[in-house]
Amino acid sequence: MSIDTAPTVSATALDATSGAATRRDILHRLLMTLGPILAALVIAGCILLAVGVDPLAYYGFVLEKGLFSPLGIQQTLTRMAPLLFLAAGLIVAFRAGMWNLGGDGQFLLGAVTAAASAPVFVQIMPSWLALTCSFLIAMVVAMIWSLVPALLRAYQGVNEIITTLMMTFLGTSLANVLVKLVFRDPGTTVPQTRTLPVEDRLPRLFDTTITSGLLLGLAAIVIVHLVMTRTAFGLKLRIVGANPRAAIHAGLGVPGLTIAVFAISAGLAGVAGAVDIIGVQGNVRADWNPAYGLAVIPAVFLARMNGFAAIGFVFLLSVLSIGGESAARRLGVPNHFTLVLVSIVLIMLALAEYFDHRYNQSRRA
Amino acid sequence: MAAGGVIRSSLRTIPIFLYWAFMSSLSSSSVAARDIVALEGATKRFPGIVANDSVDLSIRQGEVHVLLGENGAGKSTLIGMLSGLLQPDEGRILVDGKPTPITSPRHALALGIGTVFQHMMLVPTLTVAENLLLGGPWWQRPRTEELAARVAEITSTLGITVKLHAKVSELSLGEQQQVEILRAMVRNSRLLILDESTSMLTPKGIDELGALMRRLVEQGLAIVFITHKLKEAAAFGDRISVLKLGRKVGEIPPERFRALGEQAIISEIVELMFGKQKDDPEAVERPIRTVRAEAAPLLQVADLAVAPTDNAPGLSSISFDIRPGEILGIAGIDGNGQKQLAEALAGQRAATGGSVQLEGVAIEALSVGERRRRGLRYLTDDRLGEGTVGTFPVSINFFLKQVGAAPFWRKGVEQRAEIEKRAAQLVREYDVRTPSLKTPVARLSGGNIQKVLLARELAEGAKVVIFNKPTYGLDLANTLASRQRIRDTAARGLAVLLISTDLEELLSMCDRIAVIANGALVGTVKNADDARTKVGRLMIGLAA
Ligand SMILES: Nc1ncnc2c1ncn2[C@@H]1O[C@H](COP(=O)(O)OP(=O)(O)OP(=O)(O)O)[C@@H](O)[C@H]1O
Ligand SMILES: [Mg+2]
Repeated sequence: MSIDTAPTVSATALDATSGAATRRDILHRLLMTLGPILAALVIAGCILLAVGVDPLAYYGFVLEKGLFSPLGIQQTLTRMAPLLFLAAGLIVAFRAGMWNLGGDGQFLLGAVTAAASAPVFVQIMPSWLALTCSFLIAMVVAMIWSLVPALLRAYQGVNEIITTLMMTFLGTSLANVLVKLVFRDPGTTVPQTRTLPVEDRLPRLFDTTITSGLLLGLAAIVIVHLVMTRTAFGLKLRIVGANPRAAIHAGLGVPGLTIAVFAISAGLAGVAGAVDIIGVQGNVRADWNPAYGLAVIPAVFLARMNGFAAIGFVFLLSVLSIGGESAARRLGVPNHFTLVLVSIVLIMLALAEYFDHRYNQSRRA
Repeated sequence: MAAGGVIRSSLRTIPIFLYWAFMSSLSSSSVAARDIVALEGATKRFPGIVANDSVDLSIRQGEVHVLLGENGAGKSTLIGMLSGLLQPDEGRILVDGKPTPITSPRHALALGIGTVFQHMMLVPTLTVAENLLLGGPWWQRPRTEELAARVAEITSTLGITVKLHAKVSELSLGEQQQVEILRAMVRNSRLLILDESTSMLTPKGIDELGALMRRLVEQGLAIVFITHKLKEAAAFGDRISVLKLGRKVGEIPPERFRALGEQAIISEIVELMFGKQKDDPEAVERPIRTVRAEAAPLLQVADLAVAPTDNAPGLSSISFDIRPGEILGIAGIDGNGQKQLAEALAGQRAATGGSVQLEGVAIEALSVGERRRRGLRYLTDDRLGEGTVGTFPVSINFFLKQVGAAPFWRKGVEQRAEIEKRAAQLVREYDVRTPSLKTPVARLSGGNIQKVLLARELAEGAKVVIFNKPTYGLDLANTLASRQRIRDTAARGLAVLLISTDLEELLSMCDRIAVIANGALVGTVKNADDARTKVGRLMIGLAA
């Protein structure tokens, strides 16, 4: 080349100056998360006032029952186990740009198959093997359930939001039918599956009532996070999610990856169901549907699909849901108020983001 | 204002300098009144970089203001501020002499500033007509008939055809670019900004656009025209400003512009841009390479066919061979099946018939990834749409097509150090201007994104490479460097298919040039002395 070009800007010199910027970034992000949450608490407080409940008493109660009382915090941590598995499954799907909204159906089917299989297995094989088999069956059943939306999306381009929602309606009904007709425990009058004896359930941690499922859940979400951020497989999924055309151009097998994403996401939801049954509930009652799947979606969004942040938000969600359940009984606030609160938080966060963006624009103008 | 460069080079031509000084003192009283838009000390910073550094620019009625500069010099950033996409960190914008912050693209349109951006900004899921009608008042029904009449008027003067009812996603990039130009025109702007709008046009299309610009400025419009082709700058401009590393380093005002000949202007620009004198820099001799005629073809395509869609041509009985070391060019107006051809060869588009053989092995049934593993490379012209993942760092974008391959991944686990090391090497080798390897690739300037793609496809392991407009968006120095790299690629014994709308490029590189029209190859000529006329005749539908 005979024509001179200016030297490339040195990459390292610029990296050094960006260190301070990152710290400011983190502070900013923290403010942008906590501010809206506080605002949401105030707004939810106004709603509580309107229905004649003292918000301070409500929040105090939620904190007391969900966080500060020894029994409450143990319940909260126990509740986290299935939520973490669900969150892990959603992280995989959302990062790959696939909206698996069928978590509840997959969860319940996993729960029912675990509830049906575990009491049988523990009679014929050692407990650890029995539980492992139940987990696997729950996972496989949930995966199979995701096959319809997965195949439709992969080969026909059918929008998975609709299909997974449809499948979740069918799945919850099917789970119900299974409990009432197929796996019903003949020994009781209430329609429910056979109960897994307490001593065969997942062990508790130390001397507490916290289920060891919590550790499994934490492991699952950390592994998912690492797979998504550090491995070739995770990168492939993220490429599909961020720019599907680039994925095709780069020669990735998009249909295969799509099916894999649905399988992993649904499999984790199925395990979430199993962990709740094998760890805590012991059986599935007819018409039982905790709708964890829907509640976890906002938590995953707030965490921006980051696994570690998701642990924090799932913890928050558990506190709210355990505390909210107690408060519901004591103060007469409907149980679903937790969801109301979470949605207000989500809306406030979105608004904050919007105004932050507008402010940045106008400040420069 | 006028920086050292102008003065310095003016001194060489003192009579002209005096003439210029005389003329500008004469007209200085009316200068302020004629500025439609002016930038005063405009500065724009991005993390790790000053994209525009206190730039003054005056854009006047009746003038085509050409903006030149290397890749990453800050041209598109400047345009971003004029069109309301970006806000200056310092300095101000004057509209009709009054300081006016341009707060949004909508605001810019209301002020009469219409922009054709470097990267397409159309809504892919809407039709062309719907895109043209976007932004009208929401309470009114879109005026479709009026639009059709207006479009017919403009397209006939421009000599282009636009399929109003085609979905944008079905169009080739070149066709999309035409729609963008049209969109800026139907809005009756006072100031029209064209950011590299000729990059996908044929020589004839470029001339027509130049003539149209001339007519428009004669009607009293102002035009800002960005290009990397110095001949276009000299042919269409009235005033030239040159940016370098964010600073304005020189300006050639209209008086001087008219006084200089084309060659003088080009060499002055080259000096301003690159600081070194070189006579016609594009006139490089095509080195005579020997293609071993007896060697078996590396790529053999026979009767390749692709089904047409409503608005895009298919391919019919495409046949050609490329031997090792040979460069076969595909000339033609964009949208005549070039994209379909490249995609069918790469495996991204299903062929309805025919065969494709790589080293004598049929590959037409293989997947995209498998064809790549066998040594077929495809450099797409759609660098943001499918070539890169905009939000991913520059470093990862180098390896999008190698995800999972050693040494960058071991047992499926990312080896950050290896990736960074190789990426840093490529950045240096291909002169990619980026604040850091972690910068999201979409933040780079257009030409620098193109360098990332080039670096990726030219990396080792290739046997056959399809280049679709490889130098689109590159500045002069990088265009020349990339052409040399492609020639070197061929010299290593690879087969190269070079798709381009730029006839000069094809003539300077190819051994043979085929012309594509309506999805069929209408003729192939050897690149000998009379190739230019022969290709030209084929392109307008005559026999060579
Ligand atoms: N949104 C952005 N965020 C961060 N940096 C940016 C952004 N846009 C541009 N830059 C940086 O600003 C510089 C100037 O970019 P710009 O796009 O204006 O160059 P350009 O002159 O148009 O180059 P080209 O000829 O390659 O299109 C580049 O270094 C680029 O990396
Ligand atoms: Mg640009």
